[in-house]
Amino acid sequence: MSDSSSFQYLLRLGDDRLVLGHRLSEWCGHGPILEEDIALANIALDLIGEAALLLKLAGQLEGKGRNEDALSFFRDSIDYRNALLVELPIGDFAFTIVRQLFFSTFSLLQMGALERSSNGDLAGIASKAVKEARYHVRHSAQWVVTLGDGTEESHARAQRAVDDLWRYTGELFMADAIDTDAAASGLGVDPSAFADQWRAQVGEVLHTAKLTIPPAAYMQRGGRDGRHTEHLGHMLAEMQIVARSHPGATW
Amino acid sequence: MVKRALPSREELFEILESVKDPEVPVLSVVELGIVRDAVAGESGVVVTITPTYSGCPAMHEIELEIRRAFAAEAIGPVEIRTTYSPAWTTDWISDAAREKLEAYGIAPPGPADSSELIPLRRRTATVRCPYCKSHDTQQRSVFGSTACKSIWFCNKCRQPFEEFKAI
Repeated sequence: MSDSSSFQYLLRLGDDRLVLGHRLSEWCGHGPILEEDIALANIALDLIGEAALLLKLAGQLEGKGRNEDALSFFRDSIDYRNALLVELPIGDFAFTIVRQLFFSTFSLLQMGALERSSNGDLAGIASKAVKEARYHVRHSAQWVVTLGDGTEESHARAQRAVDDLWRYTGELFMADAIDTDAAASGLGVDPSAFADQWRAQVGEVLHTAKLTIPPAAYMQRGGRDGRHTEHLGHMLAEMQIVARSHPGATW
Repeated sequence: MVKRALPSREELFEILESVKDPEVPVLSVVELGIVRDAVAGESGVVVTITPTYSGCPAMHEIELEIRRAFAAEAIGPVEIRTTYSPAWTTDWISDAAREKLEAYGIAPPGPADSSELIPLRRRTATVRCPYCKSHDTQQRSVFGSTACKSIWFCNKCRQPFEEFKAI
């Protein structure tokens, strides 16, 4: 596997977590209750921490002297490789929580498989991320059940979130040459390998929550190739402006 | 390493014992299991540390404190390496350190989590209140003031308290 292909693979891992972590941080100070405000900020911190480690490793594999900060703050949306799911605006609390369930369950399976990566650094990062993802899955699953099996209003909002987000879940499991190369070399894993497991686990939570999975439909894609929704550019503008206005600043 | 003979591993750990976790100042970074190794060689001291959580914001401060502690003893240069494997677990916290945590008002962690993938059910194990030692407590949130703690409430003494959560 070429260095550039490994670099692209690591970017996908890092960008998913960086973008979702930044989205979650938008809840800071706006959570529905204090404990939830703290919880979402904690999860955001875990994701951004994981992203920093993954992007640092990406930069090392690329070998052009870019570190995690350079990769986060000085790439434009066309060079981001996150799935579309994580870049959508936060919506209401139900939307945020359902997305967390979808992504955290994916992340737990993905990082669990990456614990066996042939790259020792990636295996180490993954073994740490698994422990964190386990807490994230539990948190979002409990909330999805609370909302879905709650009041008429909370159920309607949770179901709307499932309906709106479902078409973005397929991309998580679509494998292209970069994924299959990474799997073949032992560095990475082919995400399509755990699609069924994801569906079974998410399905169980949704069933418990009295929520239904929408009928099969077209799955949105493009993020892995840099074709993003308009939302990512706006998010990055806010995320990157300080670093770009004051390059090299420290505090 | 210009001033004297190479310090032994014990001496290095003695110095590291003086470095406290900024968020849990009753415990040293050694007691928490953050320091994995310390070796002195001709070119200096190499300290290997591992973060508690990927995004733990205290890690930078801990690195600075470790450098300060060695500088105060005129030992250096110090190189700090970070390792992620094996991943940090609360099982590394010793019994003595657990007692210190409880005395400080933080319930010590239980055994590290099982690998159950979708733990829908709330955990049933109770956590003992660090103030009145009652087991009549309830979890308010898995996520607390720092990444490593959860928020609990004691029904008996009506006090909120924190638990060092098991990972």
